[in-house]
Amino acid sequence: MKILIKGGRIIDPSQGMDEVRDLFIEDGKIKGYPRDTEELERDSTIQIIPASGKIVSPGFIDMHVHLREPGFEHKETIRTGCAAAAAGGFTSVVCMPNTNPVNDNASVTEYILLKARTEGVVNVFPVGAITKGQKGETLAEIGEMWEAGCVAISDDGRPVMNSKVMRYAMEYARAFDIPVISHAEDINLSSGGVMNEGFTSSMLGLRGIPNASEEVIVARDITLAELTGVHLHIAHVSTAGAVRLIRDAKRRGANVTAEGTPHHFTLTDKAVLGYDTNVKVNPPVRAKEDMEAIREGLKDGTIDVIATDHAPHTEDEKKVEFDLAPFGISGLETALPLALQLVEDGVLTLPEVVRKLTSIPAQIIKSDRGTLKVGAVADVIVFDPNRTITVDREKFRSKGKNTPFHGWKLSGCVLYTIVDGKVVFSN
Amino acid sequence: MNFRQKHILGLEELSSEEIKFVLDTAESMKEVSERDVKKVPALKGVTVVNLFFEPSTRTRASFEIAEKRLSADVLNFTPSESSVVKGETLLDTARNLEAMGASVIVIRHSMSGAPWLLARELRSSIINAGDGSHEHPSQALLDLFTVREIKREIAGLKVVIVGDISHSRVARSNVWGLIKLGAEVRVVGPPTMIPRDIEKTDVKVYYNLDSALEGADVVIMLRIQKERQESGLFPSLREYSRFYGLTRERLKRAKEDVVVMHPGPINRGVELSSEVADDVHSVILNQVSNGIAIRMAMLYLVASGGGNG
Repeated sequence: MKILIKGGRIIDPSQGMDEVRDLFIEDGKIKGYPRDTEELERDSTIQIIPASGKIVSPGFIDMHVHLREPGFEHKETIRTGCAAAAAGGFTSVVCMPNTNPVNDNASVTEYILLKARTEGVVNVFPVGAITKGQKGETLAEIGEMWEAGCVAISDDGRPVMNSKVMRYAMEYARAFDIPVISHAEDINLSSGGVMNEGFTSSMLGLRGIPNASEEVIVARDITLAELTGVHLHIAHVSTAGAVRLIRDAKRRGANVTAEGTPHHFTLTDKAVLGYDTNVKVNPPVRAKEDMEAIREGLKDGTIDVIATDHAPHTEDEKKVEFDLAPFGISGLETALPLALQLVEDGVLTLPEVVRKLTSIPAQIIKSDRGTLKVGAVADVIVFDPNRTITVDREKFRSKGKNTPFHGWKLSGCVLYTIVDGKVVFSN
Repeated sequence: MNFRQKHILGLEELSSEEIKFVLDTAESMKEVSERDVKKVPALKGVTVVNLFFEPSTRTRASFEIAEKRLSADVLNFTPSESSVVKGETLLDTARNLEAMGASVIVIRHSMSGAPWLLARELRSSIINAGDGSHEHPSQALLDLFTVREIKREIAGLKVVIVGDISHSRVARSNVWGLIKLGAEVRVVGPPTMIPRDIEKTDVKVYYNLDSALEGADVVIMLRIQKERQESGLFPSLREYSRFYGLTRERLKRAKEDVVVMHPGPINRGVELSSEVADDVHSVILNQVSNGIAIRMAMLYLVASGGGNG
């Protein structure tokens, strides 16, 4: 299959490219940037994608999604999760291990990869659990999971409370040179909490999760990372204090990276007013100062990547008492327009947004994707940053319609998603 | 004025005019309760369901009497917590009741916000009879009614709320109601039981009961729940009572005509010394009978004015 993307503004931070060029894809690879396309255009076997006025970039890489399979197929499957990713402009997703069974051994990893190969339209990179059953007690078979294809280990959703176990995990992970992704939460401090602790939680009579719950573990994990020399990646940073801790650690030269999610840089805890369970997410959306600190962190590079923490749930699961609703936001299909709002607000430039969604996450998971260099695998997207859309959760490819952004008018629309040189989504 | 609220979910949502209107309506309802035949046909043909997910004797009984005095058809539905955990969701339970013809649902639930879910998803009028640690509007309204009866005017009063403010729906509803009607509100309790940032509502926060009581017109004592000790919020009931229990001696700092109230049931010797408990008994009984009038007013107003047609 051959594709010629004509006249688009190509933004590829991996090679510092930001210019209007034509891009030619052949045999699943980036073939080149032809100056003269006349001959190609006469070739009827070539699909021509007109992209004038549009952005062409490497396909996005989402470092943090929950595909729910195996075990929670009513919430999402690898098939639907990948379709949602493609619709959102993501050509690769990194999926968290809190499935059932937990991805804590190579056979589960292999199952996920097999499903992804046969049913998924985008690349799936699994993350292995740090401990067996995510119980926080004994190390999972990290080496075998790495061999099977895991790109990182994480305790996402069930943080490792025992600092000694975390230390050993970090030391052990060094043998395979994979990052440890920390869901930073002291579960004793946040116990029973369902939203950010502050004035809004006080008035709603809902139990709060204090900022300190995140910050004490960010501080602990940075300390342990400095002790062990592991690459520590802090997932879904939600507080101003965590941003400060990471910034300081980076200044000292610690091997730390971090991610921010669209909901944390877009919403505050006031969105919970009226007990909207679609805003119930962990870590919770926080105060305005925290939201601004995350934006500042994205701007100054403290926060390296934008990841969605896509966490689909069914409507029935969310239509209950706030305390009973599961945590999570379905994020794959709203990430691009929410990230583009950062450009509109002057926080990041468009190439910076693309970089945080492509080359930096690729670096962290050590993937050769996330680039449009000649010879690279052709994971490419074309999007229109200016087209106005109204978020309609009923149109989500994801089974998870749980979004707090339903009905929002935003700018930014994915037009084509190309994986391995094949169009897997077009709009 | 016309009362246009379809639901009464909390005092935070009501304007001061609406609160006063409920209190005024309750005055006429109180008059009904003083008649020989304590019944009016105001809600004849209206089905009211009392949906109580938490055990409650007095609030449920008070609502039931109020409903019967208004001639409503009353259905009490008390699903056991376990049956809910086993299967049916709150929404399905409530939808079933609505299908049986309920047009007003009075709900008590252990989780904050549960009445909001019903208000959003159902057609019925919803009255919040207490949700988690959030609001308990009928209790606060009857407290306001009782204070107004005794003091004539609420604006300018110094009102002290004592105890576990964090977990108290009575406290939250009273804070909103009192502030809206112009009282000066002080909350006092151990710092572990004062909700974060509550001073943003204009209440004054105290950790010392004696200073909070200085010049007080009204003292609202909250019931302390023994489970809070287990969760580590205070060391012992003994110590709690020493620092935050109300005694005759302590009350001397308040105004001479201070009114002490308690939503009941009282832990004698804990939040109130036994002698203070005896002293305030009459006000507490007054609160109980006012509770019926307030609940009649709430039911009447949502059923007649709130778009039920």
